[in-house]
Amino acid sequence: MKKIKFSTVLLYLVLFFGALIMIFPFYWMITGAFKTGTEIVQMPPTMLPNSFTNLDNFKFAFQTAPFVTYFINSVEMMIACVVLCGVTTILTAFAFSRLRFPGRNLIFSCLLALMMVPFEMLVITNYRTIVGWHLHDTKWALILPFTTSIFYTYILKGFFDSIPESLYQAAKVDGCSDWKYLWRVMVPMSKPSLVTIMLLNAIATWNSFMWPMIATNSKEVRTLPFGLYAFISEGGAKNERMMAAATVVVLPMIIVFLVARKYIVNGVARGGLKG
Amino acid sequence: MKSRFFEKVKPFLYLAPFIVGVTIFTLYPIVNVVKMSLMENYKYLTGDFTGYGFGNFKTVIEDQYFRQAMGNTLKYVAVVIPISTCLAVVIATLLNSIKKFQALLQTAYFLPMVTSVTAVGLAWRFMFNYKQGVINYVLSLFGVPAIDWLGATASNFSALCVYGIWAILPFTIILLVSGLQNIDPMYYTAAKVDGAKPLRIFFRITIPLLAPTIFLVLTVNCISCFKVYNELFPLFAGPGIAYNLFTVVYYIYYEFRVLTPAKYGLAAAAALMLFGVIFVVNMLKSFVEKKLSN
Repeated sequence: MKKIKFSTVLLYLVLFFGALIMIFPFYWMITGAFKTGTEIVQMPPTMLPNSFTNLDNFKFAFQTAPFVTYFINSVEMMIACVVLCGVTTILTAFAFSRLRFPGRNLIFSCLLALMMVPFEMLVITNYRTIVGWHLHDTKWALILPFTTSIFYTYILKGFFDSIPESLYQAAKVDGCSDWKYLWRVMVPMSKPSLVTIMLLNAIATWNSFMWPMIATNSKEVRTLPFGLYAFISEGGAKNERMMAAATVVVLPMIIVFLVARKYIVNGVARGGLKG
Repeated sequence: MKSRFFEKVKPFLYLAPFIVGVTIFTLYPIVNVVKMSLMENYKYLTGDFTGYGFGNFKTVIEDQYFRQAMGNTLKYVAVVIPISTCLAVVIATLLNSIKKFQALLQTAYFLPMVTSVTAVGLAWRFMFNYKQGVINYVLSLFGVPAIDWLGATASNFSALCVYGIWAILPFTIILLVSGLQNIDPMYYTAAKVDGAKPLRIFFRITIPLLAPTIFLVLTVNCISCFKVYNELFPLFAGPGIAYNLFTVVYYIYYEFRVLTPAKYGLAAAAALMLFGVIFVVNMLKSFVEKKLSN
């Protein structure tokens, strides 16, 4: 049997300790959500709630604030943004990658330069545009600014470029139209990268806070993160209730991450996170 | 037979939705923010303004809130970036050197990346709680007196930084791990043959070869730290106590969305200054990237 080195043990100890710190907030949030009002103020704090069947905090959260509505709004916004942005991204990436038109490279370089501009700078005018269109506090306000993304287009164009041009030429000789080629060949071939882009977009949309806070107000339109924040001042100031509501917001993304970790991590490693 | 005209126009049909979206929500806002920043004494409701000039920039620079915001933001960058980068380099190196439990550990280290700043921020707020918080409890085990993390101006900046470091680590570690995986194992084999000690390998091989990735991480994180804003809401329900945690982005938000009547000119001027900083960081990044690739 191989001898286990002391340094290896130490290495694992350090890594597991670090990992514990990284996931501790989630642990504390989820266990806190099941604690009662008296349990949560106990000192020293209890590591586990008395029972995991105490759903009072969740009930309180769902009764006090319309978290079901928030949840549906979040899902709607996420699907709309991912689908619409996905379509414009595919079309644009294809045009820049395969079609020929005057100024193609120049326009693309200009777009890359635009990526440097922080969203925080655009937000002032976008808010006024939305107000000007009388869309403030509507679901459209949450979706319209995110129907295009230079960043995802740039990433997808990179993938499209890696598909051999000869394939395109061959398809053209066979009389395949650009439209057919894009949807029948290119899109299926770049499925992994598309999935990655869409996942990253879905996560970013689900978690977005600044824009929903600026562009919406009423309970009917709020998405989860903003609804959660508003919940604190609407009766959720108690920690155990706050944790229950926060769990509802975080859990779907934890599940997405556990299921699709490879896609997400690879996507991020390729530089794929909205700056 | 499709006309030649159609063939010429076709690329632009593919581009049309994108061009419309980018023009309205990216290009126009850029032009407009510059315009608004230069319009003096602009009244949103009537549309009146007294003329073009740099008055807004002057007002913003002289505004004590903006100075505080810039100061806090710079301080935040100066604290979070070095600490998170050093931690991430060490963790990434360790993560890359193990064979067992890699997937499990990676999941734990990367998880915070996909979760909402608002929701996890609330968990931290609970952990930072003065009397019932787990952090003060752990500190008390070591004899440290309770710290009012969120409620005192002396310590709430530290709380913001602790949370910021925790939140930025996953992204940083992912990039560094992928950078490490691109290092040719040949270097390590050679070093081992020469009998080099692990620490020496780390400083003489890993760090130099990882330098481009470290630099990328530094610039990307720098930009995201300059935009610190979301974190303020779950932790402090605003910019700290008596506005002591104003940040640049919060200042922008404050000027155009909190104040009535909104001061669009000041918000625009502040936004442009933020862009200036980010632009410089980006230039630095591409400059060094070019140098490194040569």
